[in-house]
Amino acid sequence: MTPVATPFFFYLFAAIMLIGGILVITRRNPVHSALALIVALLAQASIYLMLYAPFVAGVQVILYAGGIMVLFLFVIMLVSIERSMKERQFNSQWVAGSIAAVALGGLFIAVYAKGEKIFPHHAMRITPDELLNTQGVATMLYGQYMFAFEIASLLLLVAIIGAVVMAKKRI
Amino acid sequence: MLHITTLHYLVLGAALFILGVVGVLTRRNVVIVLMSIELILNAVNLNLVAFSHFWGGLHGQVFAIFIITDAAAEAAVGLGILIAFFRNKETVNIDEVNLMKW
Repeated sequence: MTPVATPFFFYLFAAIMLIGGILVITRRNPVHSALALIVALLAQASIYLMLYAPFVAGVQVILYAGGIMVLFLFVIMLVSIERSMKERQFNSQWVAGSIAAVALGGLFIAVYAKGEKIFPHHAMRITPDELLNTQGVATMLYGQYMFAFEIASLLLLVAIIGAVVMAKKRI
Repeated sequence: MLHITTLHYLVLGAALFILGVVGVLTRRNVVIVLMSIELILNAVNLNLVAFSHFWGGLHGQVFAIFIITDAAAEAAVGLGILIAFFRNKETVNIDEVNLMKW
């Protein structure tokens, strides 16, 4: 299925993502930040769909917006945020930090302006088949990237143990 | 009708990356710093999937899935550290993490 009105939806979801990102870094209440981040992540899942990546879009919705953000909200519930909401929200180096970030943005723009020609401008002729996307990703994951896949499972095991060790009062 | 090229996606990813960097560098609340790190990882994912589409392969999508796995592990460990920190200091202010400051 070819996407309809691609520019309109691209700019719509891009605007939602950027507004969500700005809200994440400016809100006083972390719960509001988390909700804004969920909105941004869902808009990003829509952009994945526009890029013919339905499997990554599904993983984004289920794992990011559904799993990781619930973890964040649980932790916000566990730590008390009343005191931190009354404090100053930005640290003393915020001017230097913003200038450094803007300089990084200028670097990005310079690189993109200079290297624009090496980027592919249009998609490949053959439109990828969305029905075969999950199959293709799975074949690659269990074939070519088998070793990396096993390392990822080991990483998750270590992360589970680490999270339990960190969060438990006495082991 | 103007066409959406790779550059559009790259600029969007760069803007999201910059927002995340600003959040990491300027906020004092640890929870929001961790969320800004998620923003940065998402910007990278967007670039990978965009390149995967425009070069006509699936490698970028597989990499994006690995990065999502990594983000889940990072969030679990980071939030565990945050809970341990909150238990010791009774605050979530990142300026209080100064034991190793010179």
